[in-house]
Amino acid sequence: MLDRPAHIDDFEEAPATFTGNRGLDQEEALIFESGRREASGVDVDEPPPFAPRLGSLARTEPIGLPGLTEPETMRHYVRLSRKNYSIDAGLYPLGSCTMKHNPRLNEKMARLEGLADIHPLQPVSTAQGALELMQTLAHWLLTLTNTQAIALSPKAGAHGELCGMMAIKSAIAAKGEGATRKVVLIPQSAHGTNPATAALLGFSVRVVPAAADGTVRVAAVTEALGPDVAAIMLTNPNTCGLFERDIVEIADAVHEAGAYFYCDGANFNAIAGVARPGDFGVDAMHINLHKTFSTPHGGGGPGAGPVVLSQRLAPFAPVPFIRRDGERLTLVEDAAGTQSFGRLTAFHGQMGMFVRALAYLLAHGGDGVAQASKDAVLSANYVRAGLRDVMTQPFGDRACMHEVLFDDAWLKGSGVATLDFAKAMIDEGYHPMTMYFPLVVHGAMLIEPTESESKASLDLFVATLRDLARAAREGDKERFIEAPRFAPRRRVDETLAARKPVLRWEAGD
Amino acid sequence: MRYHPLSDADREAMLAAIGVADIEALYADAPASTLLTSPLDLPPHKSEMEVERVLSRLAARNVAAGRVPFFVGAGAYKHHVPASVDHLVQRSEFLTSYTPYQPEISQGTLQYLFEFQTQVALLTGMEVANASMYDGSTATAEAVLMAHRLTKRRKALLSGGLHPHYAEVVRTISRLAEDAVADMAPDPRGVEDLIAQIDDTLSCVVVQTPDVFGNLRDLTPIAEACHRHGALLVAVFTEAVSLGLVTPPGAMGADIVVGEGQSIGNALNFGGPYVGLFATRNEFVRQMPGRLAGESVDADGRRSFVLTLSTREQHIRRDKATSNICTNSGLCALAFTIHLTLLGEAGLTKLARLNHANAVALAEMLEKVPGVELLNRTFFNEFTLRVPGDAAAIVETMAAKGVLAGVPVSRLLPGAGLDDLLLVASTEANADEDRAAFVSALKETL
Repeated sequence: MLDRPAHIDDFEEAPATFTGNRGLDQEEALIFESGRREASGVDVDEPPPFAPRLGSLARTEPIGLPGLTEPETMRHYVRLSRKNYSIDAGLYPLGSCTMKHNPRLNEKMARLEGLADIHPLQPVSTAQGALELMQTLAHWLLTLTNTQAIALSPKAGAHGELCGMMAIKSAIAAKGEGATRKVVLIPQSAHGTNPATAALLGFSVRVVPAAADGTVRVAAVTEALGPDVAAIMLTNPNTCGLFERDIVEIADAVHEAGAYFYCDGANFNAIAGVARPGDFGVDAMHINLHKTFSTPHGGGGPGAGPVVLSQRLAPFAPVPFIRRDGERLTLVEDAAGTQSFGRLTAFHGQMGMFVRALAYLLAHGGDGVAQASKDAVLSANYVRAGLRDVMTQPFGDRACMHEVLFDDAWLKGSGVATLDFAKAMIDEGYHPMTMYFPLVVHGAMLIEPTESESKASLDLFVATLRDLARAAREGDKERFIEAPRFAPRRRVDETLAARKPVLRWEAGD
Repeated sequence: MRYHPLSDADREAMLAAIGVADIEALYADAPASTLLTSPLDLPPHKSEMEVERVLSRLAARNVAAGRVPFFVGAGAYKHHVPASVDHLVQRSEFLTSYTPYQPEISQGTLQYLFEFQTQVALLTGMEVANASMYDGSTATAEAVLMAHRLTKRRKALLSGGLHPHYAEVVRTISRLAEDAVADMAPDPRGVEDLIAQIDDTLSCVVVQTPDVFGNLRDLTPIAEACHRHGALLVAVFTEAVSLGLVTPPGAMGADIVVGEGQSIGNALNFGGPYVGLFATRNEFVRQMPGRLAGESVDADGRRSFVLTLSTREQHIRRDKATSNICTNSGLCALAFTIHLTLLGEAGLTKLARLNHANAVALAEMLEKVPGVELLNRTFFNEFTLRVPGDAAAIVETMAAKGVLAGVPVSRLLPGAGLDDLLLVASTEANADEDRAAFVSALKETL
């Protein structure tokens, strides 16, 4: 008789099975508990005898890594995968994250041997197709934004912010104003990456308050502007799901003050093909390929954050960049002799993501990109219309962009918090919306359905939230406080994890 | 338009429910001058077959590594990836999920990140690792910034054996963050005297092993010198497979270990996406950038995993955060952890030996080619040759003969006067006939 594996504990409220499994929801040990030092799922050839050239640096101590055979490995990761929610399984209304359909054609294209199996440092004469692909993607992005230059290399949205702000800092230095322009204006409602990026580059942050309607007004910007200001970092449409009405006046005021306009492009999904950031007066904007152009989010990346630049910032773009030399494309990899601010990452950026984004763009065409944006906005407003009588909107009932923002005013007195409401959504089969962001709204609930949802899907979602809202108001507290009741795990103790961090498995645990 | 589920009738019904006449009315806040009145000059939508045709034709214009004798390395390596790795990372529940903000329905991602963190810590010989970074080069820059925060000093010393692109990334961020960098000259033989340069002004010393020229470096005396002066040792690697065979940086006194994980589980991808590895000591964990998965319990007391220590992060600390990063390379980390699980210690050790054996075999053949000199005394799977002539031209000529021979050092260090140096990498993917093809193409070219 075998002992039960150690990972199967006695539960405080034990599910009524011996294994801890609940049908298809199967418990899975850590590889360190199930694996063996000698087990392997690959056949690696043993080399013939040879004289090593490691000097005195050959490893002498064991590593301690477990191995699993191939069947065990398959089962381990398949079981783990079934504990994840995903966009392919259901509506994923995370505001500002744009969880849209991920076409599998993109995956197939990214795995073409001639695109996946090429090395960043092989001779450019043997990678002309890759450079052509990057050029084509650049053309699409420049056309959609009406900007003049592009840096493809940033590896994520936040990395793109860093790139754009580096270009701005370099431009300011080139004008001899590096010592005076040390302040970056950032609205209260901005993503946390914006102030973090500014601070990383030695800027201090001056917060611009939002008006009562949730947008930034030109007067507030003008008041904050001065000869010490390097740039503004503004998101449009903003994180409250609203189009910044004063955007053109704000850009003019910023430029008049000798500063630059960085636009956080996180919400480009609302306007791609409908309006061009270059026409707002944007000097730099990152484009989250994983959001607007649907490269899969992969449980937290990889992303890709190309940055488009205005004519004024174009000379400062990072290396590498592509140059056309007659029929041939070349790569400029050395910043020496240019005004380029340098290199952001070892190689050319997220090629695998470029392929996926271009496949998506080609499939949509210029017409389809515009339709996607409009449908995203339509879907968000449809959700707003379906919920406006049962939930509250912090800035009143007005048209939103591709995401709709509610607050927790309507939950007041119910004993149900935003978090409880979100966890109850899990029991109904939905991934919760973005919670507690933007920070300017109490108990914020930011819902972004995207253009990928059918009307029937939206109708069911709205009906479900209405049922939950009614239950909350009628005092059915247990449904919320106890939630989630039907997920692979009940409420996880995040405080314990932070107070007593256990960040790795230890032998003898 | 096959990705759009709404019909025109749906749109009409939805507009009626909202109470507006058309979608344009929803854009009423946008100044009229900013809304496009005519379609952009971009091609119309294409069928699946047409998209495949366009991209396949672009792909066909590139020489794939698997199609030729291939010896290109310098920070990205051609390794075999088992079929099950790519199959598993393409499961919807991994591929199309988001950052695991809702732990109750993200245990799959959180558990593999916890396992990944443990594997990286074991491999590097460190106490704790994060849930991955963008790539090795950005991880190196983040390590320098972390050393600045820990030591309250703002100057880094970069070894001349550090990958030149990694050094450029560090210099770029340092210059723009108004920090200082001291550089050692490029060091093809791995003999530079770093210790003489270490003083009390440094936050850290950044050393790569195997270095960009392939030399293995003993970090122990450098670590001791760093610690005598209150500086930290940042150890870098670009070839994760090497850790299966060589002494890990953690055992030589490194304080922060960063590197590129592409070699395990991830394709070459023309430079990205890759997966940065980042490990350090427990005492420094709150200054570590990036995501962390931790263990906890749920309301029923069952073991659960959750993102943790987020008070270091930008969404809480904003302009006081440890970094601006708000993502990791989740899927690439998954590929890494699956491949490493398949290998296990036995498989990784064998794979590393095979890499080393193949590289030694190739080096021994090339050493005998008249006019060619091997610069390394030690190496793992990559080494530096001095060739009679311009290495870039030789590589180009050999490419025309169907052999991708390596990376000319001049591509990494233009203008450094190292035009006759060639970096050659050899992995398990090279067979006897590949080595023979290399040698004969080189002889023909010289």
